[in-house]
Amino acid sequence: MHNTFIARNPSVLWFLAALGLFTFGVTILSEATGLGLISTSFVKTLGKTLCLCLIAIAMDVVWGYCGILSLGHFAFFGIGGYAIGMWLMYARTEAIVLQNFSAQTIPATPQEISDAIGNQIFGVVGSSDFPAIWSFADSLVLQLAMVVLIPGLLALVFGWLAFRSRVTGVYLSILTQAMTLALSLYLFQNDSGLRGNNGLSGLQNIPGFEQTPQATISIVFFLASAFALGAGYLFFAWVISGKMGSVVQGIRDNEARVRFLGYHVESYKLFIFTITAVVSGIAGALYYPQAGIINPGEIAPIASIYLAVWVAIGGRGRLYGAVIGAAFVSLLSSWFTGGGAPDINLGFYTIQWTDWWLVLLGLSFVVVTLYFPKGIGGLFDYLVRKPS
Amino acid sequence: MIATLLEVSGVTVTFDGFRAINNLSIQFPPTGLRAIIGPNGAGKTTFMDIVTGKTKPDEGHVIWGEENVSLLGLSESDIATRGIGRKFQKPTVFEAQTVRQNLAMALKNPRSPFAVLTHRRTAKNAAKIEAIADEIGLTDSLTRIAGELSHGQKQWLEIGMLLAQDPRLLLVDEPAAGMTVEEREKTTDILRRAAETRSVVVVEHDMEFVRRLDCKVTVLHEGAVLAEGSLDHVTSNQTVIDVYLGRGHA
Repeated sequence: MHNTFIARNPSVLWFLAALGLFTFGVTILSEATGLGLISTSFVKTLGKTLCLCLIAIAMDVVWGYCGILSLGHFAFFGIGGYAIGMWLMYARTEAIVLQNFSAQTIPATPQEISDAIGNQIFGVVGSSDFPAIWSFADSLVLQLAMVVLIPGLLALVFGWLAFRSRVTGVYLSILTQAMTLALSLYLFQNDSGLRGNNGLSGLQNIPGFEQTPQATISIVFFLASAFALGAGYLFFAWVISGKMGSVVQGIRDNEARVRFLGYHVESYKLFIFTITAVVSGIAGALYYPQAGIINPGEIAPIASIYLAVWVAIGGRGRLYGAVIGAAFVSLLSSWFTGGGAPDINLGFYTIQWTDWWLVLLGLSFVVVTLYFPKGIGGLFDYLVRKPS
Repeated sequence: MIATLLEVSGVTVTFDGFRAINNLSIQFPPTGLRAIIGPNGAGKTTFMDIVTGKTKPDEGHVIWGEENVSLLGLSESDIATRGIGRKFQKPTVFEAQTVRQNLAMALKNPRSPFAVLTHRRTAKNAAKIEAIADEIGLTDSLTRIAGELSHGQKQWLEIGMLLAQDPRLLLVDEPAAGMTVEEREKTTDILRRAAETRSVVVVEHDMEFVRRLDCKVTVLHEGAVLAEGSLDHVTSNQTVIDVYLGRGHA
């Protein structure tokens, strides 16, 4: 059956081939292999972009296919990042503390070690006690489980409450914004247990690989992100290809009709909302070790709105459209805001792209929505003529 | 064989003080065709909303099947899987999907997300879809996008989707609206054939179409049954003439 799935969805094969080629090219040209044509920091940018593409396809499934305009999926992304960040920070601080104590003649007690780690991590928010949510921070396996479980559970509970009450459309979007805003505000507090606005930092240092150069670490994460994107693409393409895709798109187009066909619409929405939240969490867990730092600002409501803009510009309702949108807009965004784009001197006024980029992005969003509802991905329709 | 498939008794629904349905009692046998007629606001659509779970009545009972299950309090999807299918007045098919996908979605199969996710195309299902497509005259259009179909074809596709659901009770709201004479004839045939094995309830405005159906007629007025019987019987009823038919002749 796998063969027929690919045969019925040739775009999946094209996408995987393009992704493979891209990954191969970047790996060869990176500093890790010695060619060094692509700097380590740019490899990290590309790796992060792949993670953004992964959350974008999740967004496309929940919005473009199921019609749920969630403006809160970056909350799940952030939770994934925090979950892995806790282990990274704990394990690395532990290693440093143990090294410091090893110089002492009297071995440190476990309590002293724990206090020292706590002091190192939480000193910045004026505390040294481990909050309860750090109970499993010493276990990579448990924290990895949380990358999946916490976004999944949050989405399950939130979705169950919202869908059961038949909250739809704009109201649901507002609710999801409220969710991500509440989470971000909570995390900004110093006593949230996650270092307030400092967030978690030093995440690019992988415990146990202190001697490994960042060039190598960056390429490993890049490859892991590429693999996750490929696997996520394949998974979502499978989910939306068959009858599930039919029902889900039916819900998008006419929810009531699907109900009268005998499908329990709420269960389907909950299913889609939850699996996309889990994938978003995984994307976040891969993103933040490459970014090196995560703070509550990352899950501000605007982040999730950008996500919707990427998908809209790329073309919703097609997975590769979401990938194109996320990659194109986020790379362009870092080029413009990073000072890459030359300022335009109009004589009487100088357009500085660091300020004007958002205006440009907003305008392109409006133009795409009004005149090219299929987005950039829609251009492929001109290339592939369906046999009539 | 049970005598009554669906029994609605003493049902009352009030919207903002307006009694859309007023102590309505009506029964349907397991097979056969029934037409429900009545002027605008008589409560025809509200009646269907109650049976399909969209509207909850203030009072009364809706009892279904051999086990005398109360349909009140069940969700729309639950009621649909128990065997009640509904066709809307405006044809509502999934326009972005093909005729085959529309029928496949409606086909009687497990409805849980997991069952749907792991669903495999089978020859048996394909054969059922072919048979229904043949019945509704859309065999050549199976791969077409439903949005491209003509109005009449969409109506048939929706009826086909209902047949695919294999319901025991079929509620059909104005199936002939906007159809040509030939299309109407074909629709009548499809409904008659369907009524041989199940209960088919047609809500209709159009007297000429009701006459063509040649079945028992229930006249609704102000949310209650005004008269019941053959079309000739009800049309000779003085009250019916006064409240409904009479208006045209007055």
